[in-house]
Amino acid sequence: MTAATSRADERVADVGLLRRLLIRPELGAVVGAIVVFTFFASQSAVFRSLDGIANWLDPAATLGIMAVAVALLMIGGEFDLSAGVLTGTTGLILVTLATRYGLNVWVAMLAGLVVALAVGLFNGLIVTRTRLPSFIVTLGTFLMLQGINLGVTKALTGTVQVGGLRSASGYEGARTVFAGTVEIGGSSFRVAILWWLLVTAVATWVLMRSRQGNWIFAVGGDEKAARAVGVPAARTKIALFMTTAFAAWLVGSILALRYTSVQANVGIGQEFIYIIAAVIGGCLLTGGYGSAIGAAIGAVIFGMADKGIVFLGWDADWFKFFLGAMLLLATLANRLVRRYAEGVRH
Amino acid sequence: MILETRGIGKSFGSVLALREVSMSVEAGQVTCVLGDNGAGKSTLIKILSGVHQHDAGSLLVDGAEARFASPRDALDRGISTVYQDLAMIPLMSVWRNFFLGSEPRRGLLGFDVRRARRVARDELRAMGIDVRDVDQPVGTLSGGERQSVAIARAVYFGARVLILDEPTSALGVKQAGVVLRYIAAARDRGLGVVFITHNPHHAYPVGDRFLLLNRGTSLGQYAKADISRERLTSLMAGAAELEELAHELERD
Repeated sequence: MTAATSRADERVADVGLLRRLLIRPELGAVVGAIVVFTFFASQSAVFRSLDGIANWLDPAATLGIMAVAVALLMIGGEFDLSAGVLTGTTGLILVTLATRYGLNVWVAMLAGLVVALAVGLFNGLIVTRTRLPSFIVTLGTFLMLQGINLGVTKALTGTVQVGGLRSASGYEGARTVFAGTVEIGGSSFRVAILWWLLVTAVATWVLMRSRQGNWIFAVGGDEKAARAVGVPAARTKIALFMTTAFAAWLVGSILALRYTSVQANVGIGQEFIYIIAAVIGGCLLTGGYGSAIGAAIGAVIFGMADKGIVFLGWDADWFKFFLGAMLLLATLANRLVRRYAEGVRH
Repeated sequence: MILETRGIGKSFGSVLALREVSMSVEAGQVTCVLGDNGAGKSTLIKILSGVHQHDAGSLLVDGAEARFASPRDALDRGISTVYQDLAMIPLMSVWRNFFLGSEPRRGLLGFDVRRARRVARDELRAMGIDVRDVDQPVGTLSGGERQSVAIARAVYFGARVLILDEPTSALGVKQAGVVLRYIAAARDRGLGVVFITHNPHHAYPVGDRFLLLNRGTSLGQYAKADISRERLTSLMAGAAELEELAHELERD
């Protein structure tokens, strides 16, 4: 028995701290964030100032809220292409109801939330009942919502935007909560950053410390096996689609309250950015693996690159190149992780 | 006797998959079910585990006649089946897999992670299972180690009878030995084990009684004292068939 014990000890050393760190899903995103920050901070004094940080944390926050929700969904093994355009739908509902139908801003927001959750429920039910790939199902919802956003807005206003939220009742209160600013060290930080941190913290707790978190990993890893041991797979997936829809409502409301007007085509194309941020954060495209903190850090990389390129006076087109390069690197890194984790040794 | 069948049978349409099979499982003993492909091994375990219902003979649990409506029903009576594909998620850690679907609660929604990790480690150790680290993904375990974790999981969740479906068939000699050791460990903890295999060399060392199946019928259930390894092997392979084969393959 002693011989067996000492042999076991040797093998523990084999799976050492470094190895364990390397298979953390967040690792790639953390390294990427440090590299990107160091690069821009060394080139631009504004970038590394407190004002600069407040500036690039803002796009990171609104993207991050979505990326974290999308990461949970991807860990659960599904995609949601309608998430981007849904931020537009909820914003349009809020502004339209508050300005054209005289509803209080809070009531209008509640209406937006109900619609968003209904869309999430719809996506989830179709995917779990039909077993169709969520890529196709949510592509359908994406196109339908895009049509509704433009069609209804045009029919109501004759233009492709709604505005004038500033004069609606309840606007000031809602703006303070969702689109206000907080002064820290003489720089003003958007309140959205706090929402983002809150969403990330809650998502991380759910994933790592709740029973539902265990189920999310399981349905994404192997749905059949999960069901065999009694995991409510369909319910878990529907809840994930509704969580993504909730995040879209939160971001849509934040942006509508901030700009007081919404373009009917807002959010289109963003769905891929969310997925890319989640992948950079360590989510596998095949599901079953990933992290909420990673997705949040992935969003920070985006925020830094988005604003950093502007601070350096470069052409904004380079952002796309950067985006593609980051995605490719992240996918390669994730593949190594998966190989390690799934490699059966006999 | 925890589990017993008396002249049990099952047909699918006109196919008689199983006829007149009697066997018994006792606490702290291993009953081996041996048979070639198509002998009716899997029909028998599907009846024992509640996947199929028998249509002849009787099934007794603790001496009383029983009929399982579903696998859940069998599970609730302490009959747990470990299938070959194991229902484990390769990307998840050993302790997360161990408790999947039956996570210990903490508060309203919480998962008592610390307890889960500790119990998984202790249970595996109690079975003598040496997984280096319960935090490693199940995908990094070998086939034998995975079987062992699945056995330990069934034992922990209150199994009285453990049905193992060909747990050694896909394994090398050394790994099969590891799994046999855990079968013995489960037996020593007082479980009745049903060990399905087509390999008499795996069955003989660990078994207390042997049920031999051939083409859906029983060739008899033997206590270990009543049968030698050689006799078991020849019954299993079908001595006559082997002789015939030897003739066929002989060079002229």
